[in-house]
Amino acid sequence: MESIKDKVAIVGMGCCRFGENWEQGPEDMMIDAAYEAYEDAGIDPKQIQAAWMGTVGAHWIGMAGLPVAEALKLHGIPISRVEAYCATGHEALRHASLAVASGLYDVALAIGFEKLKDSGFAGLGVGRGMHPVMEIRRTSPASFALAATRYFYTYGLSMEEGKRLLAKISVKNHKNGALSPKAHLRKEVTIEQVLSAPIIASPLGLFDCCGNSDGSAAAIVVRADTARNYRSDPVYIKGLGQAQMSMMPHTQPGYHWTGFDPTKFAAQQAYAQAGIKDPRKELSLAEVHDCFTITELVNYEDLGLSHKGRAKEDIEAGTFELNGPLPVNSDGGLKSFGHPVGASGLRMTYELYKQMQGKAQMPQRQLKDPKLGLAHTLGGHPSVSCVVICGKEKG
Amino acid sequence: MLGITSYGAYVPKYRLSAETVAQVWGKRGGKEERSVANYDEDSLTMAVEAAWDCLSPEVRAGVKSLFFASTTSPYREKQCASIVAGALDLPNDISTVDFANSLRAGSNALKLALDSVKLAGGQALVTAADCRLGYPQTPQEMGFGDAGAAISVGSSGVIAELEASHTVSDDITDVWRKSDDEFVRSWEDRWVITYGYEKNIRAAVSGLLKATGHKPADFSKVVMYAPDARSHDALAKALGFEKTQVQDSLLSKAGNSGAAHAILMLAGALEQSAPGDRILFVTYGDGADAFSFKVTEDINKVKRPLGLKGNLASRKPLSSYGKYLTFRNLIEQPEEFVRAFPSATVMWRSRKWALRCHGSKCRKCGTVAFPIQRICFECHSRDDFDEVRLSDKKGKVFTFSIDNLAGTPDAPVVQTVLESEEGNARVYCLMTDCESTEVKVGMPVELTFRRFHEMGGFVNYYWKCRPVRG
Repeated sequence: MESIKDKVAIVGMGCCRFGENWEQGPEDMMIDAAYEAYEDAGIDPKQIQAAWMGTVGAHWIGMAGLPVAEALKLHGIPISRVEAYCATGHEALRHASLAVASGLYDVALAIGFEKLKDSGFAGLGVGRGMHPVMEIRRTSPASFALAATRYFYTYGLSMEEGKRLLAKISVKNHKNGALSPKAHLRKEVTIEQVLSAPIIASPLGLFDCCGNSDGSAAAIVVRADTARNYRSDPVYIKGLGQAQMSMMPHTQPGYHWTGFDPTKFAAQQAYAQAGIKDPRKELSLAEVHDCFTITELVNYEDLGLSHKGRAKEDIEAGTFELNGPLPVNSDGGLKSFGHPVGASGLRMTYELYKQMQGKAQMPQRQLKDPKLGLAHTLGGHPSVSCVVICGKEKG
Repeated sequence: MLGITSYGAYVPKYRLSAETVAQVWGKRGGKEERSVANYDEDSLTMAVEAAWDCLSPEVRAGVKSLFFASTTSPYREKQCASIVAGALDLPNDISTVDFANSLRAGSNALKLALDSVKLAGGQALVTAADCRLGYPQTPQEMGFGDAGAAISVGSSGVIAELEASHTVSDDITDVWRKSDDEFVRSWEDRWVITYGYEKNIRAAVSGLLKATGHKPADFSKVVMYAPDARSHDALAKALGFEKTQVQDSLLSKAGNSGAAHAILMLAGALEQSAPGDRILFVTYGDGADAFSFKVTEDINKVKRPLGLKGNLASRKPLSSYGKYLTFRNLIEQPEEFVRAFPSATVMWRSRKWALRCHGSKCRKCGTVAFPIQRICFECHSRDDFDEVRLSDKKGKVFTFSIDNLAGTPDAPVVQTVLESEEGNARVYCLMTDCESTEVKVGMPVELTFRRFHEMGGFVNYYWKCRPVRG
């Protein structure tokens, strides 16, 4: 089995402003993201040889790769739709990378988008799955809240202690997001605000939940050996992991509910490809899937950034703050930047890419010479995860 | 010997007080309360509950028929007894029959159950439940209650032997609903009581006394349908019974539960009976049925999970009249957005777990999964499992969330992952009949068959959990 390491590079990226984009349709946001990426890579749309489109809700916009073909007028090339719940954006990037690595294409586009705010309701709605009764009242916050309840119980945190710990994650991400011009929720919050917010699904309150946003992000992927023809500072793909678990961990016998195993499996694959032995020491920054604050907490442990059951120590030590030893979600994360499902993986990659190029929007947010970054998405109930590792240098 | 072999009761947890109703209408309320089915209950689910209370291993082993009696059946065309039998996980080779339309539907079913057992042996399980609506501001609004009752009859393991029965039929438009009526209508009550209730019951009882030679004093208990407390007391007295003989009508505790009412009272009488007691059981509705039962030594062997007493004790006041309105779907509410794929074929294909509540137990490694899995989670063995019934097993909350987003007329929704005592199977379900603030990891729960929604145009039933009752 070969590794993806240094076989492909990203030479252009784009990301539209995330938020409640009432005045934009999905095609408008895709145009914003794709044309920023074309311009960044210095390419003409005609150079795109194949595209991968990631979206969860395309069935009411158009099937196949047609939403992209239509919006960007990319006619006459293969466009595939990929879908992996909240890991969808990363799946688009992963497939584009694999195709380029195979040698079949020189230039590929990975683009993700989601238009959540045309649905007429807040959040992602009630009801999941294809069975008429089993998941009829399931919601996303409650599925992740099940992990919070069990995590608190397993590690002896009282409701008060647990909520306070999660609140610190929310405060951190809001603080980072306030410095991100393209983020959806650009404002800082205090611990007290987080703790006194209305409960959505106990123990998670409003500020434990990410923004439900519209948005799109895109990447131009090329062969690593040609990357410098496009720009002097390409970002190389070092590892691509993806793993799945039960459709419903809710029904999986013996499931611990103190973390999400797909993350562990995906990270193991990506670390092995990238040759990473100690991610906590080797990574310069990480973008992790913080759909809810509890998700970010268990991600620290599942990704091997914190010891199992001991994320609390790192949160309290400020390890993952913007000025800490391993900044996590330096752009505000899903919490503050927003979570247009199919775009999120690419938005995270956008942050790694810009940080490694020293081009983080707003200088206060620029990290000092980051070399290796990780982006992680987790989707489903939760059931599927992608881990993407990018590096500034080859080798 | 032919007679009753077991009995069961179900009174929903929620009670509406006369005071709460009176406050809404600017009147003075008494001390009584009535039972109110939760929003996810109907006559069918209450019949299932009562049947669980009744279903001893002996009855399950011998069951040959399952009857469902109600004037508030969730279907006008489609049998409910077959759904009840499925939820109880009874075998397919039994008779299932629905009895409807009359307040006497429950005892109609009982009478035919006794006849069928006499002919064919085995056990017949009679379930009855009602969930009738009284017009707002009428005595019926508070007078009716929602409940279920069950009684099984057979020729072995008899706890109360049938001595005799007598029936009269009568056409009288006293209380009724047309097929499109939601609320119960009635004619002037003086006439209803005198020429309906009193006249018919008198005829049935005197026929029974004549046939048996018994006198009123020969009965330890008189279990008699009660439209209201005053008429019930007056008729019992007029028939020559002492107050001490008359079984509690439950009207002030649970209300009048229609076709289930007299059977629920009978469950109460049997619960308090001793060997040798003689019970007069009289029902009313478009005529009257009277039965005489003699309690046997086997009454001492009866072990009820909850019984009527336990059901009455497990109660929670309904916080407001508004809750009653939403539970009974009496006010229009904005349409909820629920992502759903209603499908009769999917429900049919998943009937072994969605209806019968079976999990799969791997024959190789013993892992128990719910729903049924063809490939074992642990050892990947294929199609090598035994089905195990989870519906009658208890469990403990493994993790939960109180979800304010998920809607329902009884928000918040308690999303629960429970661990069953059956091989630690994990069951994902909603918790019902609970106080969300009381939910804790490790809390004991049991499964209950509930109504989920009507998308697709049919009633979708499935399982929830609730804190263990009693």
